[in-house]
Amino acid sequence: MNKTKPPLIILVFCKPEIIKAFNLSQWDLLIRQARYAGVLARLAFLLEKNEVFSFVPEKPLNHLQSALTFSRHFELSLSWEIDCITEALKPLDTPIIYLKGAAYFLAGDIAGQGRVSVDVDILVKKDRLDLVEKRLIFKGWRNQQYDAYDQKYYRQWMHELPPLVNIDRNTCIDVHHNILPITAKFCPDANKLLANIVKIEEKYAWVLATEDRILHSATHLFHEGEFDHGFRDLSDLDLLLKEFSAEQGFWNKLLQRAAELKQQTPLFYALRYTSLILQTPVPEAVLKASAEHSVNRIKQRFMDALFLRALMPNHVSCNDSWTGLARWLLFIRSHWLRMPWYLLIPHLYRKGMMHITGKEHH
Amino acid sequence: MTSTKFIIGIEPFVICLETSLSLVIKAIELQYGNHCFLLDDDSVFSDFHIQIKSPSVLRRRFRAQAQFYIDGKTPFKPLPLSQAYPFFEWGLNWCIASQIHQYLILHAAVVEKNGFALILSGQPGAGKSTLCAALINRGWRLLSDEMTVIDLKTKELIPIVRPVSLKNESIDIIKKFAPEAIFGDSFCDTAKGTVSHLKPGRTCVENSTKRAIAKVVIFPRYKEGAKTNLQVLDKGQTVIKLADNAFNYNVVGAQGFNALCDVVENSSCYDFEYSELDDAIKVIAELSC
Repeated sequence: MNKTKPPLIILVFCKPEIIKAFNLSQWDLLIRQARYAGVLARLAFLLEKNEVFSFVPEKPLNHLQSALTFSRHFELSLSWEIDCITEALKPLDTPIIYLKGAAYFLAGDIAGQGRVSVDVDILVKKDRLDLVEKRLIFKGWRNQQYDAYDQKYYRQWMHELPPLVNIDRNTCIDVHHNILPITAKFCPDANKLLANIVKIEEKYAWVLATEDRILHSATHLFHEGEFDHGFRDLSDLDLLLKEFSAEQGFWNKLLQRAAELKQQTPLFYALRYTSLILQTPVPEAVLKASAEHSVNRIKQRFMDALFLRALMPNHVSCNDSWTGLARWLLFIRSHWLRMPWYLLIPHLYRKGMMHITGKEHH
Repeated sequence: MTSTKFIIGIEPFVICLETSLSLVIKAIELQYGNHCFLLDDDSVFSDFHIQIKSPSVLRRRFRAQAQFYIDGKTPFKPLPLSQAYPFFEWGLNWCIASQIHQYLILHAAVVEKNGFALILSGQPGAGKSTLCAALINRGWRLLSDEMTVIDLKTKELIPIVRPVSLKNESIDIIKKFAPEAIFGDSFCDTAKGTVSHLKPGRTCVENSTKRAIAKVVIFPRYKEGAKTNLQVLDKGQTVIKLADNAFNYNVVGAQGFNALCDVVENSSCYDFEYSELDDAIKVIAELSC
């Protein structure tokens, strides 16, 4: 673990009342860290919930208010987008399962408050994938300019279609049929996820079960290659764990479910890093049980060195001289996890050539 | 290279600017000469932390360039070194437009005289900055050349006094119209053509916490040889035209709509064609009587 003192935003997320003693230059840094970590509105909600909002001086208060205004605007747009997706897909009479941010928003999770994201992610049954795509295209979504190779890459190996963009609203939807690429070593059985989905009342929308929402969040974060929102996603996990663990028997259910879906390693990382970085109250016994799926000690120390850097807020003040390297290595790792070497090497070779010859589209 | 840190009080914001480029330092010292510079201590909250510097040692060898950094991030491609100062001004516009949503912000100039505030809006290049620059050289107070900042609760116009950016022919027009006006360097071949900045006067800067109430909204259009012509504009149409030119109208939502309607409701609204500045100012002065 980094020996230096954690960034201000992490201290505040762990113990919001410390802001009472902040001077303006500390506020200055806190607002910047929160903004670039993508958690400025979340910070506002956190201070409100802990009844310390009234201690915020006027200058930083303006920025928090501004972020709240933006997140209200975002929620309105998201609601509208969900209505449009519903209108497009309802005739198919198949469950539309919203993932990540849209799911937290629909389910009313604390993690959904003030969470701003760009794309909407949905999960559908694999045998309905073609129909879903056709309906969306019929209703104004378009495939972006991907070449035949990219199309094949997505359709044959990935767990999602190439992103579809709406021609009117310029919004983007990712249609998944699983939460990990089919080529990944620990790809779960999507039918098990579908078996436990929860319907949102009065809406034509579903979300994953509570444990599955956590496991998906963990799987996503710890297979991810880009960490621009790493800290925000870690904070998602922290909030989901805190909220759902109020329920009796939650921790056992979570461990059991992770085993069923083969997601014990991502869960181990999620519990390890939320408790290490954000002091999420994970029971000792649960940490220990989940640590059975950790890697060996040398590799663990190495992963710590990478994740404890990559998961810091995406702000210059939170980087050290190894942060860039750590994020780069995790980017490589994410590809490694996505597909076996005999697929990965030709893929990277092709991407590399495209890059060199300037034929890259995206 | 040693870098200089300016903490500039540009009401209602504080901007922290770090730069090692002498071009930028020189321009800041001139243009913001009437502004308040703050000391860097625990009592300062800067709204934006901006750096203007050369992109990298490697790039510097090929081409002299300047890059705009906000909190270490680079939202734009680098520009030629000679445009480093306008880069700061444009970058700051972008920062405000993309991060400040506690106010409604329109793309329009505001000037005021005897408590009578005038909003000048219109498409880029229509001639709002030219008219704005002319007015502030004939006794009107500058609130802002680029952004009309509206308080969502009180519907007051909040000054944000910065240099007036003039483009192409309007630079010479204003230099001739107001020989005493202080201009910075002219920057050629920018994305907007030639650009030069007019330094805001001392009184404008000193009154930069004094808000104003909008009384008139005009959409000026400079047309060579045209007679000064004021046409009453429908209020509903004015709201739509202003909203079209707003930076964050969609983000601010219902509150923004209400604020905009209130501002327009209490103002008289006109389309305004002009070519003769003295005549144009006379017509505007009559509006305020």
